[in-house]
Amino acid sequence: MDFRLNEEQQMLQDTVARLVRGEYSFEKRLEYSESELGFSADFWKQLGGLGLTAVPFPEELGGFGGTGVEVQSVMTELGRGLCIEPYLQSVVLGGGLISQAGNSEQQEQWLGGIASGEVRAAVGLQEPQSFYNLNDVETRAEKSGEGYTLHGRKAVVIGGHCADVLVVSARTSGDSRDAEGISLFLVPADAEGLERRTYPTIDGSKGCDLVLNDVKLGPDALLGEEGKAADVIEYQTGRAISALCGEAVGAMEVACDLTLDYLKQRKQFGVPIGKFQVLQHRMVDMMSELEQARSMAILAASVADEPQSDERRRILAAAKNVIGRSGQFISEQGIQSHGGIGMTWEYNFAHYAKRLIMINHQLGDDDFHLERYAALLQ
Amino acid sequence: MNLNYTAEELAFRDEVRAFLDEKLPADIAAKVKGFRRLSKEDHQRWQKILNEQGWYATHWPEEYGGVNWSPVQKHIWDEESSRYGAPRSVPFGVNMVAPVIIKFGTEEQKQRYLPRILSGEDWWCQGYSEPGAGSDLASLKTRAVRDGDHYIVNGQKTWTTLGQHANMIFCLVRTNTEVKAQEGISFLLIDMDTPGITVRPIITLDGEHEVNEVFFEDVKVPVENLVGEEDKGWTYAKYLLTYERTGLAGIGISKAALQHLKELATRRIKNGRPLIEDASFSQRIARVEIDLMAAGISNLRIIASVEGGGMPGAESSMLKVRGTEIRQTINDLARRALGPYAIPFVEEEMDLDYDGDFLSDENAAPVTPQYFNNRKLSIFGGSNEIQKNIVSKMILGL
Repeated sequence: MDFRLNEEQQMLQDTVARLVRGEYSFEKRLEYSESELGFSADFWKQLGGLGLTAVPFPEELGGFGGTGVEVQSVMTELGRGLCIEPYLQSVVLGGGLISQAGNSEQQEQWLGGIASGEVRAAVGLQEPQSFYNLNDVETRAEKSGEGYTLHGRKAVVIGGHCADVLVVSARTSGDSRDAEGISLFLVPADAEGLERRTYPTIDGSKGCDLVLNDVKLGPDALLGEEGKAADVIEYQTGRAISALCGEAVGAMEVACDLTLDYLKQRKQFGVPIGKFQVLQHRMVDMMSELEQARSMAILAASVADEPQSDERRRILAAAKNVIGRSGQFISEQGIQSHGGIGMTWEYNFAHYAKRLIMINHQLGDDDFHLERYAALLQ
Repeated sequence: MNLNYTAEELAFRDEVRAFLDEKLPADIAAKVKGFRRLSKEDHQRWQKILNEQGWYATHWPEEYGGVNWSPVQKHIWDEESSRYGAPRSVPFGVNMVAPVIIKFGTEEQKQRYLPRILSGEDWWCQGYSEPGAGSDLASLKTRAVRDGDHYIVNGQKTWTTLGQHANMIFCLVRTNTEVKAQEGISFLLIDMDTPGITVRPIITLDGEHEVNEVFFEDVKVPVENLVGEEDKGWTYAKYLLTYERTGLAGIGISKAALQHLKELATRRIKNGRPLIEDASFSQRIARVEIDLMAAGISNLRIIASVEGGGMPGAESSMLKVRGTEIRQTINDLARRALGPYAIPFVEEEMDLDYDGDFLSDENAAPVTPQYFNNRKLSIFGGSNEIQKNIVSKMILGL
């Protein structure tokens, strides 16, 4: 058994780490975050130029044919840098759904651009009433002529504000919350009847809600088999959960490092506050939460690209449950250990805390995944 | 044993309710209940109404314009005003510096400052913490050097809540460096318009401007602004901190926040049903409601013992820890209730006069910022770690 990255995986991670260190100071991140685009177009270009947006794609698309481990290597470093580029949405989720469900024309049309970073995708899978259940789809896709007409609303589409193409779930048959009858559609950003309500997110990136007012799409917009998308969505969000685990571990590593440094530097009562046992034990608890999260991230990566099974489902639910809890513990206890300074905008810790708490609100929180896991108990 | 209010206390509660029904402005109550930010004008408007009723200074003796309520009456007021969505009074003038001036100040200081606090003419802020003096407050370094009829003050204060609105600040300053840290501190009242004072905002993680840094550069403060004796400020500071700690448990606010959470969970949908009907979520709500019930009774036990002539001691430290944890849990659950909609930061919806469509729920926008902002509860007013130190020392003798 060997838990280390192999040489190529390590090189990949080092490449991302170098890039992030060079380009992504905390001050620059605040600038990127406040820009209209909501992230750095230049950094995104560099991710593309270095082949990093192509990591999970096959070699003919300039990729590595990377699996969960390689994707996590990238995401961990993006998490350490608190990067806000839409890698998860475009490369992992958008690219993943098109790779799995798309026919050869669709793959040809979109994947090259997504892999090179020239095209950005985002995914609209949630709805106002869906909470975290992605089978809770009320957006309707009615047959009209050769194609479809979409009507409904998709909620909290991170990166959707600047995506060139949106992968959207809609119901072609069945009742809300049926797994059967969900279909996926490729919706170009400039489709008539598509409205985006754009907003900043609390953790510094941007997203939108999509309002689909009778958006008319051709037959080539259907991604995969009609009515059979639920399994595809579940599989690809599983890959995305593994990727998010990587990001979370990266962010938790930095949050723990910052807290430990502070405990050593900050003096009160004539000694570094790290001399106080209550803070020592809290720091140890934070580190063991990080280790729990790291272990589950590794496990998640190992099944991310395996064929679907209850075992894969269990592991991914467990991993997302653990990183949700660890992330919240490290955020809250880290702020507490810092005192007032941990509450300020000017100091980076709070931004890590906000990102970690919001990771728990992406793709299902710890309660949601606990329930999923319980339903799969053997 | 009797856990009920007396007939007089019930009559008082009716009087409080009638007053709130009649006088509490609806727009202010809506802001408080929806966790929206209050302006300086909102605070001042409510203070004026309270002062006209004679109910602003609940901690003062009657001779200075106070109400002289019993501890139970104060409790009834806290409960009812939280329930109605009345703003809590900004404490720095009326509940912090005023009791110190009343107990230790000169007659002149009482005559000058107390009426101005009642009328709202002065807005006070607190100059205690410094960058190097947080939990270890006695290590503060801001210097005041006597020069004829003045002190010359140099240094920096931080975490000054609502200092941007204040025209007066009460400060702990070091007047003697030759003695033990606690013995060289004095308590000064400083006009914020004095040359040499600079206020710089500190923006918190939720993007709010609530706290500030205050810099002092050769600030001339008349000696008559010294409270009590020189070098005895630590005694006054500690006296003030017992006032600060009262009410930090925030039982009344937690009850209002819990109600807000339940309403939110009734409107949010999970699997086609109201979230509040979800087994695991309703149990999470039930658990925090039970904790709050227990803390509420603990609070009443302290109040009853004070009513009987006792002093609130380290018990209020225990209650501060519990009370703040409970409120943070309620904020955590409200954030969870939003599901994916916890992520958008829709600042415009936080304004009461917002008239566009709400992204998810009319009360959603302040929920996540509030969760982050209220991480402060376990840090300020003596961090929860410091409160536990007090309990282990004072009650347990450890």
